[in-house]
Amino acid sequence: METAYNLIGAGLIVIGGGIGLGQIGGKAMEAIARQPEAAGKIQTAMIIIGALLEGLAFGALLLGKN
Amino acid sequence: MIFTAFATAQAQEHNGDYAFDDEIESDGGKVNTKEEIDSYIDHHLKDSHDFHLFSYSDDAGVRKHVGFSLPVIVWSSEGLKFFMSSKFHHDDDGKVLVNDGDATFTKLHSKIYELDKGAAAIKFDADHHPTNAHRVFDMSITKSVFGLLFIGLLMLLVFGALAKQYRTKKIPTGFGRVLEPLVLYVRDEIARPNIGETKYRKYMGYLLTVFFLIWISNLLGLTPFGFNITGQIAVTVCLALFTFIIVQFSGNKDYWMHIFWMPGVPVLMKIALIPIELIGLLTKPFSLLVRLFANITAGHVVVMGLIALMITLKAQFGIVGSTGLSIFLTLFLSVIELLVAFLQAFIFTMLSALFIGMAVAEHDHHEHAGADEDDVDEVRERFI
Repeated sequence: METAYNLIGAGLIVIGGGIGLGQIGGKAMEAIARQPEAAGKIQTAMIIIGALLEGLAFGALLLGKN
Repeated sequence: MIFTAFATAQAQEHNGDYAFDDEIESDGGKVNTKEEIDSYIDHHLKDSHDFHLFSYSDDAGVRKHVGFSLPVIVWSSEGLKFFMSSKFHHDDDGKVLVNDGDATFTKLHSKIYELDKGAAAIKFDADHHPTNAHRVFDMSITKSVFGLLFIGLLMLLVFGALAKQYRTKKIPTGFGRVLEPLVLYVRDEIARPNIGETKYRKYMGYLLTVFFLIWISNLLGLTPFGFNITGQIAVTVCLALFTFIIVQFSGNKDYWMHIFWMPGVPVLMKIALIPIELIGLLTKPFSLLVRLFANITAGHVVVMGLIALMITLKAQFGIVGSTGLSIFLTLFLSVIELLVAFLQAFIFTMLSALFIGMAVAEHDHHEHAGADEDDVDEVRERFI
């Protein structure tokens, strides 16, 4: 039973992380389309936020695994 | 190149040893079922005491392993012991005992155990924990240690040569031309914008080291030698610890003020914010280490899972079909992993720079002006 809960939790984490990454990516695309000259800066900021989110999701996955 | 030559030489040298030891191998080291694939992947993710490139059965049906062994250095009850890991004959279940003086060692799940005095064979309790053996302080040159030493030597040679070139000429020649843009990339895209024009120089050494160390070790992980350096949590913990220590030691008055006495909020709020800020202090390096570790581990698991497709799908697609599918998918994922290798090095360095920048940031003080900045400009002029 515990494994089932763990798997459900892992699924929820992945859903949450996916929504977050989608939001970041989508908004960054919009921003780049609006201001193509700032693409570099937007991309860097996007990657940082993406990495922070990913770290959170991975952390939760690792904690949930045990 | 040197490494390849060295590896080949070593492999040839030890082929002979290994080929004759194999009556000990019971299952032959074959990987066919799902459980065997799982344990093979688990085994790959761990650090090991030897390089294992591949195995095959010869005409007589004897299983042969190709790889090369690494030195085992342990601190046991009998003092420091040193022997080659080929003495374990590829055993990983505590079956082979190695006698060195008065101490007896065995290898169990990639860990070296020392048997208690008088014990002739390792015994297990119900949970498969050894009852008559204990772990020893292991300082062996394992696969990851070997990889790290190799990267260290490589970086010392390559970047030392690059640095030396700047003494005599303004533009590097040879391989330095490849490296200079990378160094400038770290400086201009990572260090300068995050730490600030006046302070970034002090941290360039660390940022460059950590960037190239992570990048090269990630790339080494994609070679068939089976390195998994940044997939060892000990390595990433250590790297994150370095960042943590550097951030704490470069933190200025404002940095500590924001942790222990946040300006601009009511007193009650200041006290409530202290534990939150302290937790924030620790979660930063924690997320750094978990991100790198989990990304690399996940990449290795997926690549090995895709390689295993050629075994698991053999019944459905035939040998050629499953192998072709496996090669195609593995190639596809390896290309993504090339990107991930760079991205994770970039992210680790970028966030390290960001945290350092947060610690050294000045808040509306304008104490540093004039002479200080001129000095930095002058130094930079000379550097370029």
